[in-house]
Amino acid sequence: MLEVRGVQKAFDGFQAVAGVSLAVARGEIAAIIGPNGAGKTTLFNLVTGHLRPDAGAVLLEGRDITGLPPHQVCRLGMGRSFQRTNIFPRLSVFQNVQAAFISHRGRGLDLLSRVDRLYRDEAEALLASLGLLERAGEMSGFLSHGAQKQLELGIALASEPKLLLLDEPTAGMSATETHETIRLISRIARERDLTLLFTEHDMDVVFSIAQRITVLHQGHVIAEGAPAEVRSDPEVRRVYLGERR
Amino acid sequence: MSALRRAPWGLLAALAALAVPLVGSRFYTFVATDVAIMALFAVSLNLLLGYTGLVSFGHAAYFGVGAYTTGLLMKKAGVAFLLAFPAAGVLAGLCALVFGFFCVRLTKIYFAMLTLAFAQIVWAICFKWNDVTGGEQGMPEIPYPDLAWMERLPVVGDLRTSDHFHLLTVVVVALCFWLLRRIVGSPFGRILTTIRENPERAEFIGVHVRRWELLAFVLSGAFAGLAGALFGIFNRGVFPDFVYWTKSSEVLIMTILGGMGYFYGPAVGALVLLVLNQQITSYTEYWPFVLGTILIVLLFAFPGGIVGALDAGCRRLARLRRA
Amino acid sequence: MPDPSFLFAQALSGLTAAMFLFLIASGLTLIFGVLRVLNFAHGSFYMLGAYMAFQVVRWLGREPSSFWWAALGAAVGVAVLGGVVERLLLRHLYDKEELYQLLFTYALVLILSDAAKVLWGTGQLSVSRPPGLAGAFRFFGTTIPYYNLFILLLGPAIALLFWLALTRTRRGRFIRAAALDREMLGALGVNVSGLYTGVFVLGSFLAGLGGALVTPVKAIVPGMDVEIIVEAFIVVVIGGLGSFWGTFLGALIYGQVLSFGILIFPRFSIFSVFALMAVVLILRPWGLLGRPLKT
Repeated sequence: MLEVRGVQKAFDGFQAVAGVSLAVARGEIAAIIGPNGAGKTTLFNLVTGHLRPDAGAVLLEGRDITGLPPHQVCRLGMGRSFQRTNIFPRLSVFQNVQAAFISHRGRGLDLLSRVDRLYRDEAEALLASLGLLERAGEMSGFLSHGAQKQLELGIALASEPKLLLLDEPTAGMSATETHETIRLISRIARERDLTLLFTEHDMDVVFSIAQRITVLHQGHVIAEGAPAEVRSDPEVRRVYLGERR
Repeated sequence: MSALRRAPWGLLAALAALAVPLVGSRFYTFVATDVAIMALFAVSLNLLLGYTGLVSFGHAAYFGVGAYTTGLLMKKAGVAFLLAFPAAGVLAGLCALVFGFFCVRLTKIYFAMLTLAFAQIVWAICFKWNDVTGGEQGMPEIPYPDLAWMERLPVVGDLRTSDHFHLLTVVVVALCFWLLRRIVGSPFGRILTTIRENPERAEFIGVHVRRWELLAFVLSGAFAGLAGALFGIFNRGVFPDFVYWTKSSEVLIMTILGGMGYFYGPAVGALVLLVLNQQITSYTEYWPFVLGTILIVLLFAFPGGIVGALDAGCRRLARLRRA
Repeated sequence: MPDPSFLFAQALSGLTAAMFLFLIASGLTLIFGVLRVLNFAHGSFYMLGAYMAFQVVRWLGREPSSFWWAALGAAVGVAVLGGVVERLLLRHLYDKEELYQLLFTYALVLILSDAAKVLWGTGQLSVSRPPGLAGAFRFFGTTIPYYNLFILLLGPAIALLFWLALTRTRRGRFIRAAALDREMLGALGVNVSGLYTGVFVLGSFLAGLGGALVTPVKAIVPGMDVEIIVEAFIVVVIGGLGSFWGTFLGALIYGQVLSFGILIFPRFSIFSVFALMAVVLILRPWGLLGRPLKT
């Protein structure tokens, strides 16, 4: 599904990502972990087209998408949620999701239809599956942090992606919220046959649902494989446990 | 309270505007025409400002292009209003396409400064190109459109030509408003609001943000051009100060004064500002001082504009009633 | 081949104009760099500096030193005004949209321009050169007023002073840090709001000083506020918004362009000035020495 080949990115001389390669198979749930500053978000930005790699390539379903602008990458079937909650604050919950449907279904240039009830069924179904239906009319900016994150997930899903990138989906959540979000994400991934790639700090989350883990440190991949392998990898332990001390 | 919201304000305003020549003096009709045209100008800017989140300091450029186009066509080429009017919109839209192409590649303050720079270039051209635009003197004596057919209408047939033009203006402006309302209430309009709220997120629901911004820019410019065309005729002449940055700042203030978060907000702003200007300049020459003070009060006390303040007031009343 | 002494005179006049512009534009770029506000009222502060200098000279009479006291007094007066404006009004708009801050500064322009008209009328006023610097000398075929020489030396002197202050002092480092990341600075415990006021006061001081010092050379008229802010915008755009040396460079370039441009294109001023701004914004929006914009 997704293949990253040797991407590099430097900022003002600082090498944020130094030759990272990874592959995610269709239907897999993969995670990227690493201490702060390891280059996880930069890597995400390189994959989604927000940044252009200095070297290397990114392939989506075999197609080279390196350097394509984000809106095109999105149209090719990639969805993304961001580290800082990224919704449309002054639009209602319903409108947030509806907008994504409008864009995805190519109605963005329709200047004359009325938009009030457009894609209402699809949007409501999506909101229902996320447990946000009762709040459809509320202004999304006023939602709690956890609800906003769920909404953001909804926006990403409305574009009917094949691959979903989640940048720290449980950041800032309480234990219960985290648990719920993870259940939601894995359920949705199963229901829609999604391939998932996410970054996380919460190790419990990662080890509970990831099938394959890539560990980044200072822009390099230092370990990769199934959770059990990664857990016992000495290099990984050094990087994490060493840092904690 | 929602009944208050759902009232057909636009329709009521249009009817009231149509009635002015019948009940009011020539002066009131004059003011009403002025307000109608500036309301269209302001609402066109709001498509860019309130709905797409782009701040333009040079919107008068398109207003001016529209005015000069119609003026040139009607005065020098004898073209009928029926053709000269849409031509103004088309040319203004084209101008917006060219300028907007460069502007949307920039953000925030840089975008704003480039819009200002382009507008001043247009002004300089209008000011200096004596052969075509009349230069500093402008183009006085723009003819009225052929309104003889109006004399055969009941009720309004006996009114003056300027009144007939007022009626025509109100109808045309109302049509434009209707169109603009459709546009902002369309899927396209919804996408524009996503760009305003969060361009990064909009990008990642598949929206080519620059392209949509350019489209909004062109539409906004085209309608501003139409307003300019009407204004040139109304003003009985087209002059370079239609394009000067003070005009751009005027329309910007109107839009925010009325409330850029509401469709009719800028129209209310146009009405209030023009009427205030009228009243105050008859007492004192220090209108800039008054305007500046109003602006400051607005920014600190009523950031949502007049309509915003009214809306908030209504909502508070509704809450008190329920409690 | 034009007369070399003529070229020299033109270049010199361009340099003098540049130094005045630098004085004003540096305050503008400083305020933008730290507060992220493009202060339209900066030109109004310049104008007030000029008017205040005129007023103080009038009060002090024909003393040899009255001009210098007037310049200082005007600069300080404008600085105080700037501080009051920032503390009482502007700071409440920081959390609002940028547009509101811009409109606020524009409202100030409207108010201050009328205030000046009320206080000093609409006629032209002027201040004579300080007795110490009246007169001129001949050099390379042209007559150079001593006052202009003073300005030519003052410009770089102030630039150097500022550069030292920004790079060598603690406050200066804070200012540069605030321009890069104000949240971080606040998190480090620095009094960011005090810093903002300080920067605004400093910028206003420079504007007022510029206005005061220009009075022997230019007439004091209503409308000088708008005229100068347009030129300051262009200088700052060419050099790079927020870049101090960029402003210096931009002022130098613009001064020469203005000086020689009028000769090459007689219909130069209004069109070309904005065309220049547009070209810079299209090709290299961050100016010559500014930081490239994030896409």
